Order: sequence, then C-alpha cells, then structure tokens
Amino acid sequence: MVNAALVAALVGVPLWAHVAGEPFTITLATRAVIFALAAVGLNLALGLGGLVSLGHAVFFGIGGYAMGILAFHAQNYLPMFPETLAIEGTKSMPVIWLVAVIASALAALVIGLLSLRTAGVYFIMITLAFGQMFYYFTISWSAYGGEDGLSIWVRNGFPGLNTLDPIQFYGLCFTLLCGALWLSHRIARSPFGLMLNAARQVPHRVETVGLDGQRAKLVVFVISGAITGLAGALFADLNRFVSPTMFSWHMSGEIMIFVILGGVARLFGPVAGAVLFVAMEHVLGDLSDYWHIYLGALLLGIVLFARGGVVGLLAGRAKSHD
Amino acid sequence: MTEPVLDIRGLTKSFGALVVSDGIDLSLNPGEIHAVIGPNGAGKTTLIAQICGALAPDAGTIRLKGQDVTALPTRARARMGLARTFQISALAMEDTVLQNALLGALGAAGNPWRLFRPVLSDRALRARAEAALDRVGLLEKAAMRTADLSHGERRQLEVAVALTLEPAAFVMDEPMAGLGAEGGQKMTALLDTLRHEAPILLVEHDMDAVFALADRISVLVYGKVIASGPPDAIRADAAVRDAYLGEEA
Ligand SMILES: Nc1ncnc2c1ncn2[C@@H]1O[C@H](COP(=O)(O)OP(=O)(O)OP(=O)(O)O)[C@@H](O)[C@H]1O
Ligand SMILES: [Mg+2]
Repeated sequence: MVNAALVAALVGVPLWAHVAGEPFTITLATRAVIFALAAVGLNLALGLGGLVSLGHAVFFGIGGYAMGILAFHAQNYLPMFPETLAIEGTKSMPVIWLVAVIASALAALVIGLLSLRTAGVYFIMITLAFGQMFYYFTISWSAYGGEDGLSIWVRNGFPGLNTLDPIQFYGLCFTLLCGALWLSHRIARSPFGLMLNAARQVPHRVETVGLDGQRAKLVVFVISGAITGLAGALFADLNRFVSPTMFSWHMSGEIMIFVILGGVARLFGPVAGAVLFVAMEHVLGDLSDYWHIYLGALLLGIVLFARGGVVGLLAGRAKSHD
Repeated sequence: MTEPVLDIRGLTKSFGALVVSDGIDLSLNPGEIHAVIGPNGAGKTTLIAQICGALAPDAGTIRLKGQDVTALPTRARARMGLARTFQISALAMEDTVLQNALLGALGAAGNPWRLFRPVLSDRALRARAEAALDRVGLLEKAAMRTADLSHGERRQLEVAVALTLEPAAFVMDEPMAGLGAEGGQKMTALLDTLRHEAPILLVEHDMDAVFALADRISVLVYGKVIASGPPDAIRADAAVRDAYLGEEA
C-alpha cells in the first residue's frame, strides 16, 4: 500500500508537473529519486548486511567524479593521459554509468576488504575515515577544479532521448531506481540474501554451517557501493556540477538519514526517506534556514519510537525488504 | 578396529591463569554417543569451541575423519562434516523457522552465491530443510518467526539445523537444557535414533538422558578428564561421585 502510493506519487507528480509546465518540481522529484537510489545502495549494506557505513559518500563522489572527469575531457577536447593512453572523454551517459559503477565497486572492494576486519564502532570510524581521505584528496586535486569542483556545460546524452528535457531525464533516473529496487528485492530473497541475513544476526551460526559470512558482507558492500556510485553519476548530471562536497561526511550522513527516516531493511524505506527529506528541505527550507532542526526532531522521534521508519509506521510489522 | 571419527589428543587451553582444557584426550567412534559431563565452569563449552574451531587451543591436536583439522577455521570443519549445536541457541531470530533450517541446507549444498533466484524456489534445498524440521517436530511451525518460538522449540530448531548438514559427527552442547521432562524425553528419543547416522559428542547436565543414551561417559572437572568409561563404571567411580555426581545423589 505505502509502496504503491509512493510509486504512484513518483510517477504522477512529475507527469503533472510536466503538463502544468513546472520544471522545478520535476527537478525536485529527480533529486529525490537520485537520493533514493543512493540510499537503496546503502540499505543493501545497512539493512541486509548490518554494515553501518558512514562512508557511502565515497561511492557517491566517485560516481560524480567519473561523470565530471569524463565529461570535462570531452567538452574541452582534452584526451586523458595524453602521453600514454590518450583516452577521449565522453558525453554518453551509458558509458559514464558503466565507469561510475566499476570505479565505485572497486573502491568498495578495497574499502570493504580493509574495514570488514573490524566491526561495530570501528567499522563506522574506518568508513568515515575513507570518506575524509577522498574528500581532502579531491580538494587538493587541482587538475579537476580542486575545491571549486568541475562545471559541465551541457548535460550528458543518452541514445534516443533528449536529456535536456527534465521529464526525460527524470524518466531515466526513475527507471534506474526501479531497477535497483528490483535487484534489492531479488537479492533479499536469494540464497545469498538468506546467508547475509543470518550473518548479520548470528555470524557464528553461519560459519558453523560451513558458509563464509564475511565474504557475503564484502560482496554486498561492493554491490551497495556500485549502486550508490551510479546515483552519484546521476546527481552530477542533474546539477551539471561536481565538487568535493559530494565526498563529505555530511553527504554520508544524509544518505544514512534517508534510510533511517524511511525504514532500515524495508525495500521502499530509502525511497520514502529520500522523498520526505527533499520535501522537507524544500517546504521547510523556504520557511526557515534552520529547517534541519525539524529534520533532527523527526529523526529523533523515529529512532526512539518507530524503528521501522516511515514505511514501518504506515505499513506495520517489519519484514525484511518488503 | 574402525578409526574414530573425532580424535582429540593433549588438548590444552588457558585463559590467563585459568586452565580450561588440561591435556584432554577424547575420541568419538562411529555409531556411539559419547557424553561429556562435569560441573558448571568445568570447560565443556570451551572444549566444544576448540573442537569446532571457534577457539584456538594452546596445544594438542584435533583430528576429524583422520585428518588434522587443528588449524582449520570453523567453516572448513563444518564442510568436512562437523555439526555443532549451541548451548545458547544461535538462531536468526528475525527469520522464520524454515529460513533457519534452509541456512543449514544451504551450507550443506555449498552453493550460496546465487543472487537472483528466490531461495524458496530451490526444491532440493527446501526438501532437505523441511525433512529436518519434520524430524524434530517443527514442520507445522515452519512459517513462524523464530523469535516467537518457545525456548524448547528453539532447542529443537537448533538440532534441526545440525540435521540439515547430514554431518559425519554431531557435537552438541546441552541440547536438553530447559526442555522440561516431556521435552527432554522427546529429545532423548530423537538423539537415540541419530547415533546411527552420525556419532554424537554430547555435553549434557541431564543425568537421566546421559545414562539412557551414552555408550561412554567422560567426566571433566577443572579442564581435566578425571574418568572415562562405560556408564556403569562411571556411576561406580568414587572420584566422580566426589567431584560431581555426589552433589546430586
Ligand atoms: N573467553 C573467555 N575468557 C576467559 N575465561 C573464559 C572464557 N570463556 C570461558 N571462560 C571461563 O572458562 C571456564 C570454563 O567455561 P565453559 O563455558 O567452558 O564451562 P562449561 O563447562 O561449559 O560450563 P556450563 O556447564 O556452565 O556451561 C569458566 O570458568 C569460564 O568463566
Ligand atoms: Mg557450557
């Protein structure tokens, strides 16, 4: 029910805005959908794997910079590694997405290998530390704008579509979100999902039946990072701009907030959380610069009284990835 | 002579000054139930943890089916056919009873890296899990959330998970604990049928069950095996009465 209402809103509102000539509303919806995608990524690691990552901005940022760097070289007709490989940049979204997914998956593999040796608060600190490393690295990376980031003049293209039309770009983002939701749903029900689910709750049990729970967590961390990386590439394309703030711990926190707000381990939790966040940001942000106070209060209420988040509150009994 | 399924030699382990395993020699032969009894804190659970690979011994060797597994991780020992049940139930409480059994079946099948097909559509896996639940009498509760089971039912599920592994040896840590008289008798009857499938190293406080089931009994006190032999000999042993049975008699 809640899920159906969410999907109806995510289809209906932008279509209405398109007909009514309200491109800003479409842009808001696109922002919500992209945040939702990033959070669907995190929810796989957090909800299914129990991995409290405060470093998912790393993948969001890598996705963003994958887009920024490729488009920057393309728009300036500068090949990458001119002396050796001389790779052209690209303005093609599918290629950019592929690079974003692969790069963030690789980063997640390395970060996962190192941080999964720890658990609990140390895991949180290590993922946070990786985020800070990337943040300060991009600030000092003057070839790609350093602290100022990179501006891309024209949105990248997708074969057969006019991505400059807000509703068409929205459609792309929404389709990718649906794909990620479908993937999460399948994973949660698969043998792999069963193993992971148990590894989160009783790791010693999983080992005792001969399964490798740690490796399962690593695999889900990589998938999780790849999805959030894809969201980063879309976010950069939405704004036609990337900067180190995509890597900031603030960003990691926001992705975490989407998940908690909507409901950890609920399939549509991240979607509900991101939509609510963007709506609050827009409505309350207009009323007061200090709208985060209300966000904080809501978050407090949810953590104290409704662990299932908004989706849990409306849909009742918690069931993993429903 | 058939060689023992499980053969432990000179197992030694200390936590600081506390010696919890003191040169333990122990074996488990095909078709037998070998009970390990001893007072609280004698080191029974730590012995099991070392046998199953959750805890590394300071010295000694553990052989499973003739192979030295002392340095192998828990996972590898499980794949070789060692099934452990826990004193404190180790079950995924948020999951259903069936899902817990499926986890065992998945471990036995050894193909968990499938990300897209629903686990419930795997007939062979399901059949194996349901057969195990049926044997412990939990099949009707397969769809229940494990957290909603009674304590006794969780003990049964704990055994069912071990059953799905179709192991070469069971290592059970107080399967009767907290079962009550009737539950204890049912569990005793079940274990009695199991020994023919795989021998059981049985840690248990319930003396009725131990004397009804065991082919051999070893008595562990302060990490040392102070007596080992057939039930009648153990019952008659003066040192054992002093250290342990005496308290109850
Ligand atoms: N990780 C540990 N560190 C330090 N001491 C430990 C540890 N684990 C167990 N012990 C101690 O080792 C001793 C043996 O514990 P163990 O759990 O093996 O006893 P047990 O025979 O299983 O007792 P029970 O019948 O109560 O289950 C106890 O004194 C316990 O406090
Ligand atoms: Mg014990």
